[in-house]
Amino acid sequence: MQNSQKVVGSNALDRRQWLSVLAKAPAQEIKAAWARLECAPDGVELRAPETGMVMVRGRVGGAGSSFNLGEMTVTRCAMRLDSGETGVGYAAGRDKEHARIAAIVDAMMQSENLRPLAEQTVVMPLAKAALDRRSLAARKTASTKVEFFTLVTGRQPK
Amino acid sequence: MAYVAVKGGERAIDNAHALLSEARRGDASVPEIEVAQIREQMSLAVDRVMAEGSCYDPDLAALAIKQARGDIPEAIFLVRAYRTTLPRFGFSEPVESGNMGVRRRVSAAFKDIPGGQILGPTFDYTHRLLDFRLAAGDQSARAAARIADEPTPDTLPTIASVFAHEGLLEVDAPRNAHAEPFDLTRDPMAFPADRDQRLQALARGDEGFLLSLAYSSQRGWGSTHPLCGEIRVGEVAVSFSPDELDFPIEIAELTMTECIMLSGFASMDGAAPQYTRGYGLTFGHCERKAMSMAIVDRALRVREFGEEVSAPCQDEEFVLYHSDNVEASGFVQHLKLPHYVDFQADLQFLRKLRQEYFDAQREAELGAHKEAAE
Repeated sequence: MQNSQKVVGSNALDRRQWLSVLAKAPAQEIKAAWARLECAPDGVELRAPETGMVMVRGRVGGAGSSFNLGEMTVTRCAMRLDSGETGVGYAAGRDKEHARIAAIVDAMMQSENLRPLAEQTVVMPLAKAALDRRSLAARKTASTKVEFFTLVTGRQPK
Repeated sequence: MAYVAVKGGERAIDNAHALLSEARRGDASVPEIEVAQIREQMSLAVDRVMAEGSCYDPDLAALAIKQARGDIPEAIFLVRAYRTTLPRFGFSEPVESGNMGVRRRVSAAFKDIPGGQILGPTFDYTHRLLDFRLAAGDQSARAAARIADEPTPDTLPTIASVFAHEGLLEVDAPRNAHAEPFDLTRDPMAFPADRDQRLQALARGDEGFLLSLAYSSQRGWGSTHPLCGEIRVGEVAVSFSPDELDFPIEIAELTMTECIMLSGFASMDGAAPQYTRGYGLTFGHCERKAMSMAIVDRALRVREFGEEVSAPCQDEEFVLYHSDNVEASGFVQHLKLPHYVDFQADLQFLRKLRQEYFDAQREAELGAHKEAAE
């Protein structure tokens, strides 16, 4: 969530940030953004979309040494554009199309010519949607914050 | 005694599975439930299946619940079986729960916890009266959430950080970047178990079993006298370094529940007394589970604090060998499978015992008659 904010507030995206935006976007959103691209570049699969597991680690006590909490499903893919750039896509879950789109967009973001298109049509709208979603959820959450007040007990002197 | 292979039953099994399929569907005049409906509207069941199935994937968990006809341990078994079919890409960086995007955070111990008491979507303070408007599809049962002007902060201070400067709370053991934590999915249970191994087992352990153990501890069997320091529920970023890259990327934000129980004082290595803590962390929104886990985690730290094992919840072999509901369910339920030979052997032995008993009785009677005749 910190990444999305940095992305929206900055023109200089680093690869780590855009890969996170692509990974964390809901599958239907990234597919819809991809569908809006008018001229998607051609490429070849270096690593066909593949689903596997990542073992998620926690910290003992919340801040101590690590322990294995449990696994999550992850799908990954690697693509090379005909123009030569190589991209990787990672996404939680088992949606192969999501990982493939992420990999192509990652490659486009590394190309001087294709980056503006990928950025404006896919990465930025996804980052903004994530931020909006988070902000709305945080405002709904904030409405449940307890406002304590103290009742005066006993008789008040007249 | 030789084994006798008994064949047959294939047709009965096929037909039983067809009947199961029909029973799963229920009354065909009622619309079939969709996996997405389970994922969205039975989300706490989905969360439990992910936590105890030890696999975060809401769609898979919802499918498992549908397939298992809502039998949660059966759904957990399905998810555990599925995960064995997938390759492992690696390990995440340890998640920073302190940076959680909080949807709920309460401290029952400390009213003035910085950031405040944030109730979030909770059953607490509901009256537990059945709401028949939900049965009638009444729109008035669907209250829209209020939207505050200001969002909650991106991160909230933890109960541990609040009291850190005074040293009142036990500090987490320092991070050891080089130590690989124990992995129950690769290595069998080993004793004595370190806390990393125990926490992994508890995180995937049966909620009902851990709840009862925690309850027993509260009631005096290995008493821990816990106070709820903090419960937080929300989204935690998971960072992972892919093979292809030399830096980690955030691949997901997973819903998690964390609980810190404050429980008992101890002087560690002769230092001033401090509150000791128990820790619970689960996938999904599983508060009862996270609280139970934190109480049992603290109870199991007997060796660290030089306490005596006086109750089941403090006995790590008892707890860890029996907390997994896939193993427990498998061992109990395997008794349904044919045990014809065991039973036949038992019967033979029992008949022999009875014959010996009756023979001995007859001899005693004969002896008594003989004595009487004399």
